[in-house]
Amino acid sequence: MDYVLLIEQFLNGFQLGIILFLMAAGLTLVFGIMDLVNLAHGSMFMIGAFVGGTIAAVTGSFVIGVVLMIPAMLLIGMAVEMTTLRTLYPRDHLDHVLATFGLILFFNAATRLIWGPEGLVVPLPDFLEGSVALGIGITYPVYRIMIIVVGLLVALGLYVLVAKTRIGMLIRAGASNRTMAGALGVNIPMLFSVVFGIGAVLAGLAGLIITPITAAQIGMGEDVLILAFVVIVIGGIGSIRGAFIASIVTGVIDTMGRSFLDVFLLLFLPENAAESAGPALSSMMIYILMAAILFFRPQGLFPPKGAQ
Amino acid sequence: MKDVIDLKSPANILTIIVVGLCAVVPFLAPALGEPFYVIVFARIMVWAIAAVSLNLIMGYGGMISFGHAVYLGIGAYAIGILAFHGVTSAWIQWPVAIGACAVISLIFGAISLRTRGVYFIMITLALAQMLFFLSVSAERYGSDDGLNILARSDFGVSFFSLEDNMTMYYTIFAFLLASVFVSWKLVHSRFGVVMRAAKSNETRVQAVGVSTYRYRLTAFVIAGVMCGIAGLLQANLERFVSPDMMNWPRSGELIFMVVLGGMSTLFGPVTGAFVFLMLSEILSTWTIHWHIIFGPFLVLIVLFARGGIAGLLTPRASRE
Amino acid sequence: MRKSFGGLTATDNLSLEATRGEIHAVIGPNGAGKTTLVHLLSGLLKPDAGEIMFEGRDITRLSAPARVNQGLARSFQITSIFREFTVLENVMLSVQAGQGHSFRFWRPAAKDESLRAPARELLERVGLGGRMDVKAGNLAHGEQRQLEIAISLATGPSFLLLDEPMAGMGLEESQVMIDFLKALKGDYTMLLIEHDMDAVFALADRITVLVYGRAIATGTPDEIRNDASVRAAYLGDEASGGTV
Repeated sequence: MDYVLLIEQFLNGFQLGIILFLMAAGLTLVFGIMDLVNLAHGSMFMIGAFVGGTIAAVTGSFVIGVVLMIPAMLLIGMAVEMTTLRTLYPRDHLDHVLATFGLILFFNAATRLIWGPEGLVVPLPDFLEGSVALGIGITYPVYRIMIIVVGLLVALGLYVLVAKTRIGMLIRAGASNRTMAGALGVNIPMLFSVVFGIGAVLAGLAGLIITPITAAQIGMGEDVLILAFVVIVIGGIGSIRGAFIASIVTGVIDTMGRSFLDVFLLLFLPENAAESAGPALSSMMIYILMAAILFFRPQGLFPPKGAQ
Repeated sequence: MKDVIDLKSPANILTIIVVGLCAVVPFLAPALGEPFYVIVFARIMVWAIAAVSLNLIMGYGGMISFGHAVYLGIGAYAIGILAFHGVTSAWIQWPVAIGACAVISLIFGAISLRTRGVYFIMITLALAQMLFFLSVSAERYGSDDGLNILARSDFGVSFFSLEDNMTMYYTIFAFLLASVFVSWKLVHSRFGVVMRAAKSNETRVQAVGVSTYRYRLTAFVIAGVMCGIAGLLQANLERFVSPDMMNWPRSGELIFMVVLGGMSTLFGPVTGAFVFLMLSEILSTWTIHWHIIFGPFLVLIVLFARGGIAGLLTPRASRE
Repeated sequence: MRKSFGGLTATDNLSLEATRGEIHAVIGPNGAGKTTLVHLLSGLLKPDAGEIMFEGRDITRLSAPARVNQGLARSFQITSIFREFTVLENVMLSVQAGQGHSFRFWRPAAKDESLRAPARELLERVGLGGRMDVKAGNLAHGEQRQLEIAISLATGPSFLLLDEPMAGMGLEESQVMIDFLKALKGDYTMLLIEHDMDAVFALADRITVLVYGRAIATGTPDEIRNDASVRAAYLGDEASGGTV
């Protein structure tokens, strides 16, 4: 097997994992702290791409698009939280699923109305075009390296935010004991809005940085959302660390599976069987992985404290 | 649980109207110059069967499956794939479709029922998407574009042919009534009592000596098979199957139909499917952006009309 | 028996024995390991060491439902009933469970006399005969506590594990419950976990005092009342105050 291709695909998988992490981090935070199942998180991914992409097109600078996307998504996320989701906290999970499902329909239709059905192509900024040589015969696109770097920085920032800062402390206090945090003078509703807004920014960032590769499309967040669900189920709901590890594992296994499973199957199966089973099996691999993990650990790899 | 049927309650009047319409539409619609409504009603009834099956586990058993539409897809693809390979006999097609749904719901149920709450929701969703992606990657069977079915299931007898649209329609109607009847029997049987009790208080059921897992799994499989029957009917009705039939928005819509009509009520899913699909039908003729109205409408239903239509139509005093 | 959680040992070297037909009470201050003991006996937790014998059989590794089927029923400290079901339906489900598997899919259970008759009889016996068609969630607190025990009785057990049956009760309600349990005495072996000292001394044949997961004393109510170590460790400050 070609080791250059192997390493390239590994990096692609890692990069997919980073995108998944940006999605899963917000989902798992919102779920862990507010106990809210939010399907509309996929819409934040999409809106981030369209809003940021439009700003980039108008200003002619992708970087400005990214920078301005952040406050925009924070506001949109907080607005969604304040108008709709806030009412849902005391409700059961079924209501969460239904209401946020309704939101998806709305956001998809609204996006179609504003940007039209074709989607939006966001060009790669010049300075991020091209590839760099990584030695031992491997060249890799600069832009994908940048995605990985940005994702790792965000992961680090999130860790610092939750573990070391005052707002992180409030988040953790709010998660473990709402009344207590409330009694300490924390504005819980505001805190939740901000947490939701941060989740929306992360999802929007993921959607925006992937668009130069895939273009922005209506409903683009939904497949990623389902993968992110797989990730947080594997990682354990509410755990940022679990989300990170599970994202990378899922991204790498999915990408590597799609590229190499048919080659791998050739070792056991006749050629035509391997060629037809390969794509089918590789599209199912991460779900099989999820089922296997759940079989042994029904609460995921890093179960939240007190969930037993 | 008392079943004193009050025929004059608004929810029941709506049920009677919907079921009555389903019964006479093949005669009524052409007479009114709207023959198009025959196929609309046939579709509604297929979805209603699927919704009834979901209500069985979700409404009565508390299992929120977010991947229930996958059994529609499995039932339909079983017909489509067999027909593609030239097997058109209903006596082979239907048992295969039902068997496939039973086996897959058994596997999916065995995995997902090990978990609870939101994990269950996400896992049923993910497992269903797995088969959705499998169907998308099946180039031989049309991938995204789906698969046309040239002939409907053949029962091999002259007096009963699904190729006759009237027969097709009333076959679906009969299965709809049968699905409600079967739910009614199940829910009130000893099995159904355990299922409802486990929804109400699972720890207590365990503490009187019943291990709930087997009962939940059995219910999950029964619902999967019932939904698979809806799928095989749909394949026959439309003469077409595609991955979209089991994509996750379909599962979400099924949940909505059940909730809209009123969870844990026998005919709720039927009226829910009717209202949901008629509303989609009407709104979508106004504008292609109809989801911009429909989405917020669904959100409002969740926020302000928890008991669905049945709840809205039931006077507050008699609610429990 | 021993059970530890991480570094914390909740139940240590605990040995208990209940004789057929008697009421054996377990008392102890908060954190003494009473709840852990209930979980160990009912099968929600498995002991790290030791064994649980029931009527000569080792049930240490049996699941919670399997233990009930062997005749070991429990009630819950926090009322655990089917609130949406009527009182009769609550007990009928339990009768049904006691009869074995419930994989019967067709015949309506509600009209089944083989379920109704025993359930009705039991409810008459526990004094809820007049409340059979009331929704369980609408019962008064004391009645719910009685129903809680009726559900456990309906599985046809020989052993009853009662987890604080007086929890949340006023004086009068407690007295009703004490009389109720007295009437059951002799028909069942009972392990009574309880905070209410009046109830314990009124009902128990033998008492075990649990402190930090260890049994510091076991004996008749009189022996326990006069045991110096018990008074020191537990009763001393509370005996004067009556009920806890």
